[in-house]
Amino acid sequence: MLKAEELWFRYGTQLPWVVRDRSLAIAPGDVMGLMAPSGYGKTTLGKLLAGYLIPTQGNITLDAQPLPHRGYCPVQIVFQNPELAVNPRWRIDRILREGHPPQLQHLEALGIHPSWMNRYPHELSGGELQRVAIARVLNRHTRYLIADEMTAMLDANTQALIWQVILAFTRQFGVGIIAISHDQPLLNRICQPQAIISLSQNTAPRYTPKSPA
Amino acid sequence: MLTIANLSITFTQYDQGLRRKQLAVITDLDLSVQAGELVAVVGASGSGKSLLAHALLGILPENAQLSGTMAFQGQPLTPERCEELRGKAIALVPQSVGYLDPLMTVGRQVQRVGQLNGLPAGPAKTLMKRTFNRYDLPAQTPRRYPFQLSGGMARRVLVSTAVVTQADLVIADEPTPGLHPDVVTETLNHLRELAQAGRGVILITHDIDAALQVADRVAVFYAGTTVEIAAAQDFGTGNLRHPYTQALWRSLPQNEFVAVPGNQPSPENLPPGCLFSDRCPQVTADCRQARPDHRLVRQGWVRCIHAEG
Repeated sequence: MLKAEELWFRYGTQLPWVVRDRSLAIAPGDVMGLMAPSGYGKTTLGKLLAGYLIPTQGNITLDAQPLPHRGYCPVQIVFQNPELAVNPRWRIDRILREGHPPQLQHLEALGIHPSWMNRYPHELSGGELQRVAIARVLNRHTRYLIADEMTAMLDANTQALIWQVILAFTRQFGVGIIAISHDQPLLNRICQPQAIISLSQNTAPRYTPKSPA
Repeated sequence: MLTIANLSITFTQYDQGLRRKQLAVITDLDLSVQAGELVAVVGASGSGKSLLAHALLGILPENAQLSGTMAFQGQPLTPERCEELRGKAIALVPQSVGYLDPLMTVGRQVQRVGQLNGLPAGPAKTLMKRTFNRYDLPAQTPRRYPFQLSGGMARRVLVSTAVVTQADLVIADEPTPGLHPDVVTETLNHLRELAQAGRGVILITHDIDAALQVADRVAVFYAGTTVEIAAAQDFGTGNLRHPYTQALWRSLPQNEFVAVPGNQPSPENLPPGCLFSDRCPQVTADCRQARPDHRLVRQGWVRCIHAEG
């Protein structure tokens, strides 16, 4: 179980709180949807959960242990713009091997063509590069996946293809997903109705996972 | 107002040393826009949507060669004429505030667009204020810098840049991704109003849902070619003609959420026949022989030999 308890965060001591008293918990294999207007701290919350940022107050635990400070983080985040998530001077081959190399079957399912391996990120389209960014986290060491507007830049066909692969992978290995999105039909499709949470300014989201871990 | 027929764009690139290669990034692209009409252009990234906008604005890189015809108000669109018309008769609604000058207040930037269109400073300022007012932007907005705007305010400022031009043709390039549904609807309604005021509007987007909310007609691009031009209502009524358009519609999460496997062909090795042939469920040997010509089927325009009336 991934648990966040009473998280508070601001980018500086003089700056307003971006995340105020948020708590949530997600169990392995759950798919949780997170909706809110822009500026409500969704992306910041995602970065806190994935260990990119340290909460000002509150704590995050994975199976009652704090997130590891070094090595591969079991909570991975995929952003909206893959151009900003890969090293522009590395070839695709090296980008894919940065963590735990993905399995061939996942590369094939995502439609990643072997001819891309020698290219640089700017030589792929946004949809192609996003598949690479996703393949990078599809390994057994990923326990929870945060999809932050992961398919907002993509056409409907590529979006469906990517989500089918991810949902099959998470079902197989019991990986929990937090999907941050503005797209209500998409969340309706991938989440149980009670697992879609609308963040509002003042209330902290409360979510009871279906199975205790 | 705007007619594009069999447009092709080829980039010449240096491969190794002095060896050059040709990349056919757009092949046989067709589109037409009438005054007062909103035409959506949908397709995956790499399908040629943005290149079309660049061609209309005359901002393609120097290594690009164009063939085919582009005509605006009855006259051919040459690179010189594009340069003369852009920002005046043909205007762009940019994708984000990243296209604005970060060191100039948004009021001065929008006013400057009016001045570049021949207005003296005073009337240009009045027009800017009137336009901001019409879009319910707070009174202090003209003094704000781009980074100080919220997502929704930024969209209204960007639409304002096109409104003050009096342009006959407005091109909006991906104005909605990652925005909250309320802001999306608001932005789309502003574009709709521009069409109702008699302008032609091209909405470039990968979001079919957004396109169908406001468009009169939808042009579907695939790998640099127009595969279908359908009325917006054809989507909901199942009156689609091209297998790719049908697949795109089925792949929406509110429909079947199934995808066609594979990728668009790369411009380096386009198939000799139909560009969708390697992924098409209805493919036959004839499809692989030659590029299909465009045909009119059930009041729609389609480039597929299997579409039936």
